[in-house]
Amino acid sequence: MASHSESIIREPLITGKNITYAQITNEVLLPVENKPNKAWWIGFVVSVLGALLWVVSISLTFWYGLGEWGLNKTVGWAWDITGFVWWVGIGHAGTLISAVLLLFRQNWRNSINRSAEAMTIFAVVCAATYIVAHMGRPWLAYFTLPLPNQYVLWVNWNSALMMDVFAISTYFSVSLVFWYTGLLPDIASIRDRAVPGLRRRIYSILSFGWTGSVKTWQRFETVSLILAGISTPLVLSVHTIVSFDFATSLEPGWHTTIFPPYFVAGAIFSGFAMVQTLLLVTRKVLGLENYITMFHIESMNKIITLTGSIVGVAYLTEFFIAWYSGVEYEQYAFINRATGPYWWAYWSMMSCNVISPQLFWFKKLRTSIPFSWALSIVVNIGMWFERFVIIVTSLHRDYIPSSWVMFYPSWVDVGVFIGSIGLFFTLFLLFIRFLPSVAMAEVKLLLKSSSEQAKKKLIAEGHLDPEQVKDYTDALKKYDSVDLADYQTIK
Amino acid sequence: MSSTKFILGHFDDPDDMMHGIEKLQKNSIPIYDVYTPMPIHGIEAKLGVKESRLGYAAFCFGCLGASVIFSIVYYTLVHDWPMNIGGKPNFPMPVFVPFTFEWTILWTAFGMVFTFFAATHLFPGRAPRVMDFRATDDRFIIAVDAKGNIPHEDITNLLKEAGAVEIKHNERKYVSYE
Repeated sequence: MASHSESIIREPLITGKNITYAQITNEVLLPVENKPNKAWWIGFVVSVLGALLWVVSISLTFWYGLGEWGLNKTVGWAWDITGFVWWVGIGHAGTLISAVLLLFRQNWRNSINRSAEAMTIFAVVCAATYIVAHMGRPWLAYFTLPLPNQYVLWVNWNSALMMDVFAISTYFSVSLVFWYTGLLPDIASIRDRAVPGLRRRIYSILSFGWTGSVKTWQRFETVSLILAGISTPLVLSVHTIVSFDFATSLEPGWHTTIFPPYFVAGAIFSGFAMVQTLLLVTRKVLGLENYITMFHIESMNKIITLTGSIVGVAYLTEFFIAWYSGVEYEQYAFINRATGPYWWAYWSMMSCNVISPQLFWFKKLRTSIPFSWALSIVVNIGMWFERFVIIVTSLHRDYIPSSWVMFYPSWVDVGVFIGSIGLFFTLFLLFIRFLPSVAMAEVKLLLKSSSEQAKKKLIAEGHLDPEQVKDYTDALKKYDSVDLADYQTIK
Repeated sequence: MSSTKFILGHFDDPDDMMHGIEKLQKNSIPIYDVYTPMPIHGIEAKLGVKESRLGYAAFCFGCLGASVIFSIVYYTLVHDWPMNIGGKPNFPMPVFVPFTFEWTILWTAFGMVFTFFAATHLFPGRAPRVMDFRATDDRFIIAVDAKGNIPHEDITNLLKEAGAVEIKHNERKYVSYE
């Protein structure tokens, strides 16, 4: 274990005075092993009402067809694909946290990866329902699979939409496998603590018979690492392929080579914002402040600033390239975005996505929980507008001015979107109720190496000279939950 | 003769447990297995567990996935029903890239995870064979097979010396879930 000690001047990843392994299990499993509190019930009832709206809206869409939506001949893609890209983008942060940060040995991921991965799964579920609904005749969804059929026809492999089918389905299944494999040790913890009965039987089935023997752990870690290794390029490929839906067309405003990296950055941006929206509430309601600390919040805010800036650069590059290409249709599409009838959507996007995250350069704002939460919602709204701007403003004025129209969503459009948010939160609330929202085994791994108490112990044992102790106490001022008085005596 | 089948040394600190393993090994007492609530790095080397070969399995499944989808796309797009769309080539390599890539990953992930489940005998509904319920919570447990001639007292003492907080003499191999 000693080899795992982190540099002492690094910020502790678990705060709190005398945390034990048992305490970690107790605290994380508190919402799972007890009846839900009032806050959970309120959230759940509201979310279920939202999900019911989704059921009604989607049923109407299936029953009467796409005429229920506000689509017209010119704008044939609107809120549906906006919602789809938005949800897929949100999903990306989960994989990024669990895979990319694992590869880079960023141990701070351990406290947040479980919820982020769950968020990925639920977001991709919401995205997939959009795609299926948009088919118009969803019962023919199997047409997208390369199956031998009576028409003796194969699928069109040249289409970016076909690539989407493969990308999204692979992404969903691999994320699910990654998430579930990671859950096994924690489900086993719930099982072993449950009193004999139905509850234990259910968790027993779900735990696959996990015992925690050395060999299993060793193989488990190998699996996690390889899954992280293959999920990293996967997550980049998925949003790249989603961007092909637009980039491979000849539509002015879509036909841009910057889309793949720009979409990936946007996905990470919106995904981290959604993780922030969820976790800031979750940590408070479930009392997980010692595990999801200010360090985590600040790190995520830094990523939001970085990706927000990348997205900002992408917006400007698009504008520049539209002008530089000399193609008047392309130029018009971009001028129309900023000054045409949808100027409000464009400038909402700009202010939410480019300007607002820059506020995180101020440490005070970056470390303020209410501000981070509000800004994460602003970013979510901004990213929805981004997809809306790309899709609707490019379509509503095409090459023939006689076909120019505006898009007005119907209530079913709004219902599907609001409803999908309800569905997402319903699934997330069920998740935190029945499964551990923090990866306990991974957090326990940090207790002896990078918790507050481990670092204090190292100082007390005299592993640091006075100068380093000073550096450390200076560094401590950055954390929110540490009592500086504890360190005054160590000299 | 004692009915003890397994002697379990419970530790509440992974370092103490490692110390316990060393002590047992020094005294040539074979260790049956070690159960922990989290992965302990460096323990494999100590216990002589061979390096996992799941990486090879992953590689093979990845190659298989890539070949399968490449063959499907080649057969349908190039061989069975080639279409002339705008004079584009019949064998467009860029089109093959996303599909081949996605299925390489899909097959790697599923192939490797199922191999992992098979190799570690994990499957839905399998009766959990734990030696102690706390092994998945906060205890680091060394299990010693009690069969043989070593006096049980000696093993108990060794574990105690290493810092075990609790020693159990189990009469059954597994805790009953029935």
